[in-house]
Amino acid sequence: MPAKVVTITSGKGGVGKTTATANIAAALASLGAKVVCIDADIGLRNLDVVLGLENRIVYDLVDVVEGRCRLRQAMIRDKRLPELYLIPAAQTRDKSAVSPSDMVRLCDELRPDFEWVFIDSPAGIERGFRNAIAPADLTIVITNPEVSAVRDADRIIGLIEAEEKGPPRLIINRIKLEMVKKGDMLSADDVLELLAIDLLGLIPEDEEVIISTNRGVPVALDGKSRAGQAFRNIAGRLRGEDIPFTELEDHQGSFLGQLTRFLRRGGG
Amino acid sequence: MAQIIDRILNRQPSSAHQAKERMRLILVHDRTNLSSEILEKLKDELIGVISRHIEVDEKGVRIEISQQGREQRLIADIPLRPATRRRLG
Ligand SMILES: Nc1ncnc2c1ncn2[C@@H]1O[C@H](COP(=O)(O)OP(=O)(O)OP(=O)(O)O)[C@@H](O)[C@H]1O
Ligand SMILES: [Mg+2]
Repeated sequence: MPAKVVTITSGKGGVGKTTATANIAAALASLGAKVVCIDADIGLRNLDVVLGLENRIVYDLVDVVEGRCRLRQAMIRDKRLPELYLIPAAQTRDKSAVSPSDMVRLCDELRPDFEWVFIDSPAGIERGFRNAIAPADLTIVITNPEVSAVRDADRIIGLIEAEEKGPPRLIINRIKLEMVKKGDMLSADDVLELLAIDLLGLIPEDEEVIISTNRGVPVALDGKSRAGQAFRNIAGRLRGEDIPFTELEDHQGSFLGQLTRFLRRGGG
Repeated sequence: MAQIIDRILNRQPSSAHQAKERMRLILVHDRTNLSSEILEKLKDELIGVISRHIEVDEKGVRIEISQQGREQRLIADIPLRPATRRRLG
């Protein structure tokens, strides 16, 4: 089956696009799927670092587009997850080095050989964003429960709808349950009601994200971290599994929580 | 519920509640590109057009954008003057 091309975008910068791309891709690859990620953030390359592949870059996306190497030569294979590949962004060029039709052509070349192609979009609504969504079969909008991130997400959703890309799906990242409980942070329900698109995942604020990024090992590969579990849930939902949205429940350690989880697993 | 407690204790609404209310208005504006001034103008013009055919109760006219999912709808509620008063002029 030809690959599904999934673009992760946000409008606002720094909300977790690169983190989500790396982790969802790693989670799918760890389940045995053949996955390639493209860093479309030309000039601000980062996906390589989050995946821990920065030392192995020889060629990049712009080299491929400009014909300096073959596509295969720019694909870095992850040694931990042999089914995971990265096409890194160029660091010394700008977004105009690639066009939306270049991206479409590139993805068409990748489709027959993979199950998933993930594209990490740059922030903003300009050329880089256009490049990133041009080949997408599915777009994922990621936001934080915070006013400016939600506003920018809404704008991006409008632009994706205008491109007739089909409805995007939503990830809400960096949710701080304690703040939500105190009424000091928009809840997932609030954000969903405001943006009115389908939910794909809820990711808690989790120090493990920063720790694992320091190490260059995606947090989704860490069995114990809550954010890692949330990313694995997203991977499962993308594969068509019906996974309930329990990411934010206070189940870590509590007996009742473990019992509910146990029962739920038994029932599902 | 939280709001009711807040009101009893005479507290400010929670910051999340304020954020949500503000976001609602901001998003309507962003999506439609309609400012409240333009809405006001639209209302006056609508009253003008409709009054040419039938007498309306200008003070009661309400015009707003309602949202359903990501769809917005312009809702105009235009009360008419009672027929008797209309006839008497
Ligand atoms: N759930 C989380 N918990 C804690 N930290 C997080 C979480 N998600 C992301 N971060 C941190 O937030 C920062 C920004 O994340 P990331 O680089 O993925 O965002 P981005 O949207 O790709 O940014 P840019 O727009 O610059 O490309 C990083 O330092 C990352 O480690
Ligand atoms: Mg990024």
